[in-house]
Amino acid sequence: MGSAAVLLSLENVSKAFGGIVAVQDVSFTVDTGESVGLVGPNGAGKTTLFNCVCGQLRQDAGAITFGGRSLAGLPTFKRARLGIGRTYQKVEVFTDMTVRDHLMVAERARRGEGRLWKDLLNMSAPTSSEVRQVEATLELVGITHLAEVSVNSLGLGLCRLVELARALAAEPKILLADEPSSGLDLHETAEVAAVLRTVQRERGTAVLLVEHDLTMVSDVVDRTVVMDLGKVLADGPFTEVMANPTVRQAYLGQVGTA
Amino acid sequence: MEHFFGFAFPGIPYGCSYAIVAVSLVLTYQATGVFNFAFGAQAFASAFVFTLLTQNHGWSGFAAFLVSVVVMGPAVGFAFDRLLFRHIPNSNGTAKLVCSLSLLVGIPSLLPVIFGQQKLDATATIFPFFNPNVVYFTLIGTPINGIYLSTFSVTAVVLVALTALLRYTNLGLQMRGAVESRRLVQLDGVNANGVVALAWVVSSFMAGLAGVLLAPVFGAFTADNFAALTVTAIAAAVCALMRSLPIAAGVAVLIGVATTTLQGYLSPNSIIYSAVVPALPFLVIVGALLFLPGMRALESSRDPLATIDPPPPPTAAGARAPKMDRIVRTSWWVLLAVFFASMLTWIPVTWESVFNYGMALSTVLLSVTLITGMAGQLSLCQGTFAGISAFTAAQMANHLGLNMLLGGLFGAALAAVVAVVLALLSLRLRGLGLALMTLAAALLFDSTFFSAVSITAGVEGVSLQSKWLGTSAFFNFDGHALFLLGISVLAVCVFVVLLVRKGTVGRNLAAMRGSETAVAGLGINLSRQRIMVFALSGAIAGLGGVLVTIQQQLASPSDWNYQYSLVFVVLVVTTSVSTVEGAIQAGIGFAVIQQLLTYIPSRFGGPSLTIVLFAFGALTYAAHPEGVLEYQKRRSTLYFEKLFFRQNEGKPSDVSTTGAHG
Repeated sequence: MGSAAVLLSLENVSKAFGGIVAVQDVSFTVDTGESVGLVGPNGAGKTTLFNCVCGQLRQDAGAITFGGRSLAGLPTFKRARLGIGRTYQKVEVFTDMTVRDHLMVAERARRGEGRLWKDLLNMSAPTSSEVRQVEATLELVGITHLAEVSVNSLGLGLCRLVELARALAAEPKILLADEPSSGLDLHETAEVAAVLRTVQRERGTAVLLVEHDLTMVSDVVDRTVVMDLGKVLADGPFTEVMANPTVRQAYLGQVGTA
Repeated sequence: MEHFFGFAFPGIPYGCSYAIVAVSLVLTYQATGVFNFAFGAQAFASAFVFTLLTQNHGWSGFAAFLVSVVVMGPAVGFAFDRLLFRHIPNSNGTAKLVCSLSLLVGIPSLLPVIFGQQKLDATATIFPFFNPNVVYFTLIGTPINGIYLSTFSVTAVVLVALTALLRYTNLGLQMRGAVESRRLVQLDGVNANGVVALAWVVSSFMAGLAGVLLAPVFGAFTADNFAALTVTAIAAAVCALMRSLPIAAGVAVLIGVATTTLQGYLSPNSIIYSAVVPALPFLVIVGALLFLPGMRALESSRDPLATIDPPPPPTAAGARAPKMDRIVRTSWWVLLAVFFASMLTWIPVTWESVFNYGMALSTVLLSVTLITGMAGQLSLCQGTFAGISAFTAAQMANHLGLNMLLGGLFGAALAAVVAVVLALLSLRLRGLGLALMTLAAALLFDSTFFSAVSITAGVEGVSLQSKWLGTSAFFNFDGHALFLLGISVLAVCVFVVLLVRKGTVGRNLAAMRGSETAVAGLGINLSRQRIMVFALSGAIAGLGGVLVTIQQQLASPSDWNYQYSLVFVVLVVTTSVSTVEGAIQAGIGFAVIQQLLTYIPSRFGGPSLTIVLFAFGALTYAAHPEGVLEYQKRRSTLYFEKLFFRQNEGKPSDVSTTGAHG
């Protein structure tokens, strides 16, 4: 891990909303193919940090680089094209569309397709390689049987899987997963954890996981960053940071051994 | 300085009238979540009834006031809530907008249907304390008469009363809560439906009061005056971010004062006088939408309980079993062949002309399908794009001798360019913001481009000599040729829309309707998609505009004003905004119904009745967002399937109607 190239780097990133400082001088890195957990109590600034990385919010200070390139000034879609994929805390699916269409949108976006003239010349039919790629992702996430189903009729858990599959269909270099187990039962959570492990190990996709389920975090990540009140409290292996008294004080509200 | 006040003071009564409407608009939005485009129409209706009773039926002002304002205003508001807006989920902003637009279009057209054509003037007044004809005192050289004092005092009372209601009463608190989610507030024990109904009653009373009070200020009694009043009020309400009553009132008065001051200082012959002054409210709207970030967040409030709403129903085509689908498709092709053969053989000239107009109109309406149905963007200026193209082609025909078909291509290209500029200006706007921006654009073109005699030849329009419609060497324009031209252009446009829908851009647009955040997160350039679809819809509307012009041999500004843009949306929404056949059915249906209504006595409203039918048909959007015709098609499809094919063939509808999110 130590010799791997730094993929995502945050240096002294700060973001405030009026007088409320959501993120303050946050610095950490994620290496290529590394899986990092980002944990902390509600209001710690984790999702705000995700939004800054994705470009949905602009940080007030600090620098974010991806693959050695500064992300300053890049809109969200350009950051996504660089290889930053994301799932959302509040599930974001395309209502009225089937699961397969969700993945096809992502697959086309990955290839930079979307030219109007191609549509007008009827050159937009899915190619065999696109179909194969979509099928592979459906299988990876275990939702092949739902391919033709409209997301309108899916429950929250399945929608989260669709969202995850859509993000993976774009073949990101890093996946920012924002509370992927929220609203899922134990079985579904285990499935999501397994998918995240698989994409990291088989595809070499880096994962930055925001999650409250610490069992899932310990199963998936190589390293854990703990935040509280917008600041980084600790950064290191999961068991090590969880034993840190400062982290236990802030995150679990108690000091002492478990 | 005395000059300045002499010019500025006459703007105060106008400004106060705008202010009354502006604060009422804000109240309605704050208390019901509906941006009530129909406010001016409600005001006009009350003023119409009041004036009718006092002038034509000899009623006393007080009795007429009781009926038109105290009874009719609240009753209309209660009916709006009970029959319409109560059934629209809080999170469905598009349905609220569409319904209020339908009322804006439908109410003024309904009045002549109910009361017949009436000749009214606006001399009747009920100003209670001040006589409009008496000068009470002079202020910095300006005589202050009863109109000044009445409008100012009424505005002040309305402002204080509504501010107190919203900010300092328990009822106001409950209203603000119910705007976010009626269902959530009900869980706290509040009678949310009653609270919102009361808000509608109060705001509709205000509309009636404003209408009756303000009619004498205008001098002439027309629905257009009330529409203009509403537009200026919208500008003020938008500047107040639909939130602050005092700011809305202040901006409204400023607009009134600025208008008369500019008029006083500028020469009536100058371009600024004729172009900029009438466009002032629209420029204010555009400025507010561009530079006030709060306007972009207006549509962001969502009902926390929205997930319990059922999913939208599938289209009739999507719900059909394969065997039924084959039968329906074959039937359509047979119908098309019969129609084609009939148009070229036995159909009388009158009806040939009706169908040709219907097809030309369908082409314009197809642009609504593209921009609103597929891209989910509510554009209220599709008629403007059509008009830009029509006048461009007409002027090129008259001045350069260019054939209308070639000129039409230039016109469509120009319409596309204007659409792109508008798309660039409104990149950050969604929902209500975009609707207001496109409406402002339509009004801006009405007061400038379409009012310029050099471009549109005034109210009479640009008459086309038949030779410019085509020469014998190119195309001989008789009814049959027009039919072939119309159906060819329509077919090409339908084909283009279908290709876009099934292509990558169409899929991206469908995804954008679901979640723009997620689409951008996948690497799709939202701005580019929006610009492309605006350009294409502008070009299609432009082609439709040229077809209508060729059909009528006249390019008239009255065919392409903002009201027609609203009517176009209403037409398509009534049938089906999400399917291409919806646009065709709306266009041909409109033309056919209009023709059929010429056979009934004019006492029943004539052409107005067509608009009334479609406008009130569009009100069903609340219950059937897929379009009432589409809903009926799905019902009849399921009925015939049950009748003829008892075995279930695995219909897609089985899956997509099972419920939302578990």
